[in-house]
Amino acid sequence: MTPVLLPEALVRLFPGAPRRVELPDAATVAAAIAALDARWPGMRDRLCDGTPAIRRHINVFVAGERARLDTTLPPGAEMIVMTAVSGG
Amino acid sequence: MPGRILLLLGTKKGAFILEGDAATRGDWSLRGPFCDAWPVMHAVGDAADGTIWAGGGNEWFGPAVWRSTDRGTRWTHSSAGLSYGEGEPPIRAVWSLARAADGALWAGVEPAGLFRSIDGGMSWHHVEGLRAHPSRPHWVPGGGGLILHSLVPHPTDSRQLWVGISTAGVFHTADGGATWQPRNSGTRCDFLPEDQRYPEYGQCVHCLVMAPGMPERLYQQNHCGMYRSDDGGRSWTSIEDGLPSSFGFPAAVHPRDPETLFLLPLNGDTLGRHVPDAKAAVWRTRDRGRGWQAMRHGLPQRDAYFGVLRQAMATDPLTPAGVYFGTGSGAVFASADEGETWRCIAEHLPAISSVETLVVPG
Repeated sequence: MTPVLLPEALVRLFPGAPRRVELPDAATVAAAIAALDARWPGMRDRLCDGTPAIRRHINVFVAGERARLDTTLPPGAEMIVMTAVSGG
Repeated sequence: MPGRILLLLGTKKGAFILEGDAATRGDWSLRGPFCDAWPVMHAVGDAADGTIWAGGGNEWFGPAVWRSTDRGTRWTHSSAGLSYGEGEPPIRAVWSLARAADGALWAGVEPAGLFRSIDGGMSWHHVEGLRAHPSRPHWVPGGGGLILHSLVPHPTDSRQLWVGISTAGVFHTADGGATWQPRNSGTRCDFLPEDQRYPEYGQCVHCLVMAPGMPERLYQQNHCGMYRSDDGGRSWTSIEDGLPSSFGFPAAVHPRDPETLFLLPLNGDTLGRHVPDAKAAVWRTRDRGRGWQAMRHGLPQRDAYFGVLRQAMATDPLTPAGVYFGTGSGAVFASADEGETWRCIAEHLPAISSVETLVVPG
């Protein structure tokens, strides 16, 4: 399983979505986000733009390192999604 | 006339609703912030069924259109299809929303482009014809970005739509968006060398509106002047004589009288962009721009350094017509008598991007 930690500001947009999610093993960050989108339709659009890429002010960490959509997820590795410093 | 009037406010930190009794327009109550306090550029409502949509964009989560079918209590959001596709620039925000005659919903976005929804804003399709226009490589961002901010659907012919893009100008389609024609003849570009000031496109239109009952009559507040067209935008005539400035953002038409227009000129593009002489006034014409009258009664007449953005002034359909505007400093002013007298009905809100009205049954 792939444990995923989602930011509070994201789960507020999807009623019922928890901060911590366990996904079936996903090969890449993109696959994990696709699995999230399957459970909560529209979540991929909140995390990724149409380029496609992770949005500029969203940070994804895998095993403590900044990740991209094509970053590999080792079995059991935690994926942490965070909102970057932004706003005004 | 039905019982409740809602002022739909788009702000930098969410949508808000000011609600009052349509019979009196005297007491107003505030609800919000909605849309999870995202920046909301434009909120609109459909008087037929009470649906409210709010378009905006969040630095973290991108663009979306929010939707409420219960007058703002519960909201859902979607950006399904709001993309130019792989390899194309990401869409930052939804800037404008409008309902077409056939019930479809139009959305203008940044960077400038047009989307259409036929399921009430649940999903969107890119109207590719606009960005395929040969002028597209020459569109340049204005101070607010490269934005499609004005959507003016024809009231009965859903194939016709006028759009305003900063900075590209006014464009019109008569075939549902497949092909587009620039409609800028007579509007000037003071920011270009003197011999290039009337190009085919590239004007900095700030706000485009249509006169009631006269689809061929358009008014626009431009970065460089105020204009009227009586031929659907094929040619424009300056109507700025008598106004204190050639610069401003919003324009609002009367709900029934095509001769009446409300503007809120600012002091100038390089002078701070606040109300002239720090005294607020809405300027009204009753004769399609031939003459202007400053409407000041009840508005701040000293130390007023606010501006009003392009979508932040609106009229209501009541009699006499109400006029409303929201400021960059978070205040809302209202007139229930076509601009004759004013009062502040809300303050201390976030910077206001848009004001629209919605009258619904009580």
